[in-house]
Amino acid sequence: MRNRAVWIMAALLAIGLLLAGCGGKKEQVIKIATQSPLSGGMSAVGTDIKNGAQLAIEQLSGPLTAMGFKVELAAFDDQGNPDTGVANAKNIVSDPAILVIVGHYNSGVQIPSSEEYHAAGLANVSPANTNPRVTERGYLEVSRICGRDDVQGAVGAQFASTKGIKSAYVLHDKTAYGQGIAEYFKRESEKLGIKILGFEGTEEKANFDSILTPILASKPETIYFGGMFDQAAVLFKQARQKGYMGMFLSDDGFDSSDAAKIGGDILLQGAGTFFSTVAGPAAAYPGTAKFQADFKAKFGAEPQPFAAQSYDSAAIALKAIENAAIAAGKKMPARPDVAKAVRALKDFPGITGTFTFNSKGDLEKAKYFIIQVTSGDPAKWSENKIDKILDIAPPQ
Amino acid sequence: MRRLIKADALREILLPLGRMAIFVLGAGALLSVVMVVLSLLFRGSGADKLLQTTQGVNIFTYTMANLPQVLIDGVTLGFVYAAIALGYTMVYGVLEFINFAHSEIFALGAFAGVEFLIILDQTGVLKTAGGMSPYLYLVLALIVSMAASGGTAVFIERVAYRPLRNAPRLVPLISAIGVSFALQDIIRLTESLTTGQFYRVIPTFGNFDDRIPLFSIPTGGAPIRVDIQVKSLVVIAAAMFMLVGLNYIVNATRIGKAIRSVAQDRNTAAIMGIGVNGIISFTFLLGGSLGGAAGVLYALKFTRIDPFVGFMPGMKAFTAAVLGGIGNLTGALLGGIVLGMLESFAGAYLGTFTMGNFGSEYKDILAFLILIIVIIFRPSGLLGEQVSQKA
Repeated sequence: MRNRAVWIMAALLAIGLLLAGCGGKKEQVIKIATQSPLSGGMSAVGTDIKNGAQLAIEQLSGPLTAMGFKVELAAFDDQGNPDTGVANAKNIVSDPAILVIVGHYNSGVQIPSSEEYHAAGLANVSPANTNPRVTERGYLEVSRICGRDDVQGAVGAQFASTKGIKSAYVLHDKTAYGQGIAEYFKRESEKLGIKILGFEGTEEKANFDSILTPILASKPETIYFGGMFDQAAVLFKQARQKGYMGMFLSDDGFDSSDAAKIGGDILLQGAGTFFSTVAGPAAAYPGTAKFQADFKAKFGAEPQPFAAQSYDSAAIALKAIENAAIAAGKKMPARPDVAKAVRALKDFPGITGTFTFNSKGDLEKAKYFIIQVTSGDPAKWSENKIDKILDIAPPQ
Repeated sequence: MRRLIKADALREILLPLGRMAIFVLGAGALLSVVMVVLSLLFRGSGADKLLQTTQGVNIFTYTMANLPQVLIDGVTLGFVYAAIALGYTMVYGVLEFINFAHSEIFALGAFAGVEFLIILDQTGVLKTAGGMSPYLYLVLALIVSMAASGGTAVFIERVAYRPLRNAPRLVPLISAIGVSFALQDIIRLTESLTTGQFYRVIPTFGNFDDRIPLFSIPTGGAPIRVDIQVKSLVVIAAAMFMLVGLNYIVNATRIGKAIRSVAQDRNTAAIMGIGVNGIISFTFLLGGSLGGAAGVLYALKFTRIDPFVGFMPGMKAFTAAVLGGIGNLTGALLGGIVLGMLESFAGAYLGTFTMGNFGSEYKDILAFLILIIVIIFRPSGLLGEQVSQKA
């Protein structure tokens, strides 16, 4: 037994040496890391966040390659779990080749993970994290190219109000993201005179019977869910099956074709299903046609929401590294310089808009969308109808 | 002799049915009375005033109006828990160890049944199925899942538990936890390699989603309709059928007698010429297939499954088994029904009675709190470990 273990160790060592030996030519490697859920329930969106960044690196790393750098993607799986995200962040920070992180998908994961990035002076461009705290901490390292929940929740409430809704029942998933946006929805709704019949958090994923009993008894005109589609779609489905015919309203966490897979045609019944989002479908951005075609050719499927934003985040990262590298005399730039270079970009042209960051790391003006689910077929998710597009500056 | 067996058989079918009726009615009535008394005590409290302003009903009317739906949901959930709990309790009865992999056997059954239905759906037969044929397909799915789960349970026993049978008690327990993790990830791996999906959704077919209106309760505003979904009825009926069947096998057949004798004393049973290993395998087959069928019923009721779907129901069913008295078949039934009811009641009323301070997410805390209280006063569960009856 012992002998065998020694042999295995020796064999592994030999393979390791062989691989290390293959490195050969000296080429300075720059890595851009992604952190998103690659496994588990949110992997559909998370994988496309990685794929979007990968496509950007392949297409846009030309200037850096010309300077003699080799740009690589380092994909990390945060599993949508804060603990895993922080553990990954520690690994990322200790790899000197990584200069920018593109990620995360969940604000609840981004907020603790970015503390590590902040401590290391490492830039983080977020394609999808909408919780206000992401930028409110004022970290130079953290910037995002999407909107914020304090605006998004309010946008949802204003939409409900224009639809003539007078009463709402608010649920959330108890995460930083879900509870945050639900509170902003509630606050704005009360201002607009919508009666909030209940406000509750739940981590339940399958059996919503007992949660639905008081909801159905109070007969709200809309049920608002602050959180992710994997809970929201099941909740909506069970509510319809119990005979609820009012409107469903949710947030950008609902924006995944898996929502249609779970909910199906039930989402279209009654008063229908709407959600607010910070990342509109491809049709909302004229610049994404080529991206969509390239993405489909490479990965064999339509991009999920936030894939284009991830592409833009990686593009911003590449541009910032390039600028910092030029400033450093075509040498490997220092991490804090890259972080400063991200913020220094003015009117950077991406495929989903033109980006200028304010002093906190928010966009000077972000887009918000209200989208109506128009098909129970997951393949047609990106064809959902855009009900409204708003350009709103972040609150100061 | 022949007449005796027949009478015995009838008795073993009617007795568990009677017990079920008593447990359901008893638990339902007890909890209803508690709620009514509570709602009367809460009249004029803050919770009452809040209800009056938001919904225009007082707390007593509110409680009464929601009661029937809460009872129906509780019974459905209770039977699902009971069907899973039997798997824990049977194995405990025979081997005196907790098979923590049972929750994954349950998940595996759910996946087998749902994948089978998805394949049927892709061939198009489900969409056009009318009349009684959806029920036939559901029964086929149940059989597929029972075969898959039962087979896996037997395999696990052979590979992971039998070699450890004479080891200290904790060793097979740890082996079971290991098997549980392994099964979770095997399901996850298989799904991502074959379908690339994490969630599987049971296809919509037949009339399972229809609601049968029972009656409506007039309140201040619009009347509250009370109805029951066809699938809830199907879940209850199927679970009852399985529970009665299991009870019959254990208490009225030769192999059942062998199971009971192995449970009482393995060595003596072996001396009497009973193949102990075979009987233990059969016990796992029974428990596993019940768990698998419960998985399909769970998927039918709650529509979506993922590889970790077994954890919470498994935990609850284990609790139900302990609550009723582990090793005791009737106890598992009682424990399941009580736990399902408690959860349903707590989930529906906790938020209202505490003015939203403790929402329905605290329902599990209440359920487990009651478990702790019961265990403090009756350490061997509500019905206790009836050695003569344990199987």
